[in-house]
Amino acid sequence: MIPAAALRDAGLAALVALGLFAPLVGLRTDVSPTGGLFLRTRWADVAIVCGIVFLGRLVLSLWLGQRGLRPSTGPGPWTARLERAGAFVAPVLLGLAVVLPFIPGIGRYELDIGILVLTYVMLGWGLNIVVGLAGLLDLGYVAFYAIGAYSYALLAQYFGLSFWVCLPLAGILAAFWGVLLGFPVLRLRGDYLAIVTLAFGEIIRVVLINWVGLTGGPNGIGGIPRPSFFGLPFSMEGGPGTFAGFFGLEPSPTHRVIFLYYLILGLALLTNWVTIRLRRQPLGRAWEALREDEIACRALGINVTTTKLSAFALGAMFGGFAGAFFATRQAFVSPESFTFIESAIILAIVVLGGLGSQVGVAIAALVMIGGFELFRDLDEWRMLVFGGAMVAIMVLRPRGLVGTRTPTVALGKKRAISGDLVSEGHG
Amino acid sequence: MAYALQQLINGISLGMIYGLIAVGYTMVYGIIGMINFAHGDVFMIGAFVALIALLLLQLGGVMDGTAAILLMLLASVAVTALYGWTVERVAYRPLRGSFRLAPLISAIGLSIVLQNYVQVSQGARVKPVEAVLRGGVEVFREGDFAVQLSYMQMLIIGTTLAALAAFTILVTRTPLGRAMRACEQDRKMAALLGIDTDRTISLTFVIGAALAAVAGTMYLLRYGVIDFYIGFLAGVKAFTAAVLGGIGSLPGAVLGGLLIGLIETFWSAYFSVQYKDVAAFSILVLTLIFLPTGLLGRQEVEKV
Amino acid sequence: MRDGDRPRRDMILEVAGLTMRFGGLVAVDTVSFTAMRGEITALIGPNGAGKTTVFNCITGFYRPSDGAIRLHVPGALPVELHALAGHNIARAGVARSFQNIRLFPGMTALENLLIAQHNTLMAASGWGIGAVLGLSRYPRAEREAIEKARRWLDATRLLERADDPAGSLPYGAQRRLEIARAMCTEPSLLCLDEPAAGLNPRESDELARLLLEIRAGGTSILLIEHDMGVVMRISDRVVVLDHGKLIAADAPAAVRADPRVIAAYLGVDDPEETAA
Repeated sequence: MIPAAALRDAGLAALVALGLFAPLVGLRTDVSPTGGLFLRTRWADVAIVCGIVFLGRLVLSLWLGQRGLRPSTGPGPWTARLERAGAFVAPVLLGLAVVLPFIPGIGRYELDIGILVLTYVMLGWGLNIVVGLAGLLDLGYVAFYAIGAYSYALLAQYFGLSFWVCLPLAGILAAFWGVLLGFPVLRLRGDYLAIVTLAFGEIIRVVLINWVGLTGGPNGIGGIPRPSFFGLPFSMEGGPGTFAGFFGLEPSPTHRVIFLYYLILGLALLTNWVTIRLRRQPLGRAWEALREDEIACRALGINVTTTKLSAFALGAMFGGFAGAFFATRQAFVSPESFTFIESAIILAIVVLGGLGSQVGVAIAALVMIGGFELFRDLDEWRMLVFGGAMVAIMVLRPRGLVGTRTPTVALGKKRAISGDLVSEGHG
Repeated sequence: MAYALQQLINGISLGMIYGLIAVGYTMVYGIIGMINFAHGDVFMIGAFVALIALLLLQLGGVMDGTAAILLMLLASVAVTALYGWTVERVAYRPLRGSFRLAPLISAIGLSIVLQNYVQVSQGARVKPVEAVLRGGVEVFREGDFAVQLSYMQMLIIGTTLAALAAFTILVTRTPLGRAMRACEQDRKMAALLGIDTDRTISLTFVIGAALAAVAGTMYLLRYGVIDFYIGFLAGVKAFTAAVLGGIGSLPGAVLGGLLIGLIETFWSAYFSVQYKDVAAFSILVLTLIFLPTGLLGRQEVEKV
Repeated sequence: MRDGDRPRRDMILEVAGLTMRFGGLVAVDTVSFTAMRGEITALIGPNGAGKTTVFNCITGFYRPSDGAIRLHVPGALPVELHALAGHNIARAGVARSFQNIRLFPGMTALENLLIAQHNTLMAASGWGIGAVLGLSRYPRAEREAIEKARRWLDATRLLERADDPAGSLPYGAQRRLEIARAMCTEPSLLCLDEPAAGLNPRESDELARLLLEIRAGGTSILLIEHDMGVVMRISDRVVVLDHGKLIAADAPAAVRADPRVIAAYLGVDDPEETAA
């Protein structure tokens, strides 16, 4: 673009920015001590923001010229590299994840982040079955996470069941709810399905808040038992019946954190293993076929309803596992942890990673959740940056990090299929 | 009986607000086949701009209720329409013709951005305002219970009807409305016939945002308190209204809004306030299961 | 009509009094015809005659307003197709192709053919659970499925493209792949909706040969086709529809000479035809 045009363009952008930001940034409504509202002006901030927009736009249009910022689905320079390194990225990531607790300098805080990231990796992989493989857009995935967490919390509180008994139960209960919800709604198409699942997630949350007698309402449930090492509790006393005492170790609070870390790593890998195996089986192939063309599936004798239900239930089950883990890790659950924004984050991880790609989802979870933790000091700006990143990544790479699909079977050599051919489902 | 009548009045005034937002969803869905996820937050921005305008007017000494409300509406519509335009420009236009999920995710991202932008710039605390219009007329009395139709409710119903009437004329009688309807039917063909589809889509967002701004102003006046989070719930309910009425159908959106407002009000009045959202969401689920095309929607035939 | 002369056991498909209404429009009006086992039956007629509607009723995509569709199975009671849910029709032994090709474009040709064998494979995999745990029965079933897919890829000259995504194949190849996919469900009746549409003469010849091979293999065929060259060359029987009504059902030569058929095709006062 020629400089004069670029200048005018940037000027226009700054003008729009002025219109957008002058009222809301320039005039801040504050609550005075008397309870009334008064306005505080911040024109300097508006000027700074408009200046940034002007310069940003100018630099972009001069630097990119006529091309502008365009969405790209083709393999970018770094995705091409990622694909070539694909066979080697996954094992390296896995290796790192396995030895992480023993890397010097990794303390409790880092491990806690590791646990958080792995929780989202697991949730992402679980949702990937529903959205990425079966092409069913689920905006209420957090409901199953909540059902898992509350199942464990309630079973432990009312029946005194241990974590290891509750873990499968939580998964089964979540899957059961998945089927219950899925059965009536799975014939809905795309966006309708999305909004119904969103409504379902909200219903679960409102019920959790208001059914005070059972769930403790907004205060949640505390004192949820922590997991034991196959019956050996983690305790600071170091008696013979405890983990440290049994193995003759110095009692340390880190033991439990490391154990929790390996627990979620194991659960996440289980999700991954089941998904990878199922993808090469008729069931997984039917999910993908469903995503590609539902009508053709029906004409080939595939029972569309049960196939969708199986994907929905399986995704829900892994969400339930993750929920039970969340409850035992926090020792506390409350409805606050299961808002719509969680569903949106998990879905964003799946889409940013590349629908159906296991490695992509893991990397996206690492980048989004890990990056999110790095910006911890930014406080309320953090979500702003997070949302902005979601928009930016989608605009630049609508197909996510890994936009290709690997065939599940081949006569010769498996070649990646371009994302342009792969459809993403109608329902 | 009197109690029910009062609820009916309350329900209609609430339903009008939902209807206004729902029109924005239904228009955008009609023209680009997308849930504009950020629309609820655009509505929230509209409420905030109205609030700021109100405070400015009070600073400027404008005390007359009607004039203040008119100016608030104007300010809110102008700024919010610009937000609507920006939303389309930033989150949707670059992804035109792309995969279906990408614009949805970028819209969710933008919704997060708008919410947190207002939280950062305006603070997280709830903003209470004093009522601009007080009083009302007593419509009906039964024993001790008087059915009130407040001036505020009259204003909401009146303004909403005026906005909808203006909007209907715009869509049915003007070249822009014709272009919009053409794009809705077949965007490629409309473009071939010389309609600037990008501009038409932009204007659709602008009009939707303007209606959301009216709704935001009315919401502020009705409830007297707002915060940065009001957009999410109102957005989901308005979307429910759009679906209930039959997505893509403009009269359907208003009808759906009224129904959701009435259901919510009556549910709160007779059953439980806590579960009023559950009622609205359950209606959504039930509608979609038993009446997937809504009340006034067109039947979609699956071509084989 | 020759229907009466033939013994009933020879019949594979029986359409009786089929009526399909969309709102006030009667798209198919009490149509009855039969298709014989081991034969190729062609369903022809001008545009808007209701061929695809009949087809969609037979393959379970529409539920007929009235009438019956029966699939005759040797040594068993006939299957009432009109009462079956969509996916059960394929399980009963009726496979179909689509007028506007419906492959799984992001999956390879081979994968497309394996999906067609879903039900067999699914049973062998223990409904997913057994296969995840590494059950021994499944790998053999999959090897057999791949072998069958390879045979059909070979028959449709697509072996070279087995690992290419279906969406990247040329048009003619996509048509052939769709037939191969339908054949992988091992149907007793193969329904093809305009298989020669958009093919060049060489490809049409090839298609005709493929269909004859399929018939020789024991599968009966019902096809909708506009390419009269193909129809007249390979069909054993031709059923003609016009304005939703049956106007002829006979051997190709007889149909070609039928004045009503000629009138239907050359008809002057046919608004639908001129509109199309």
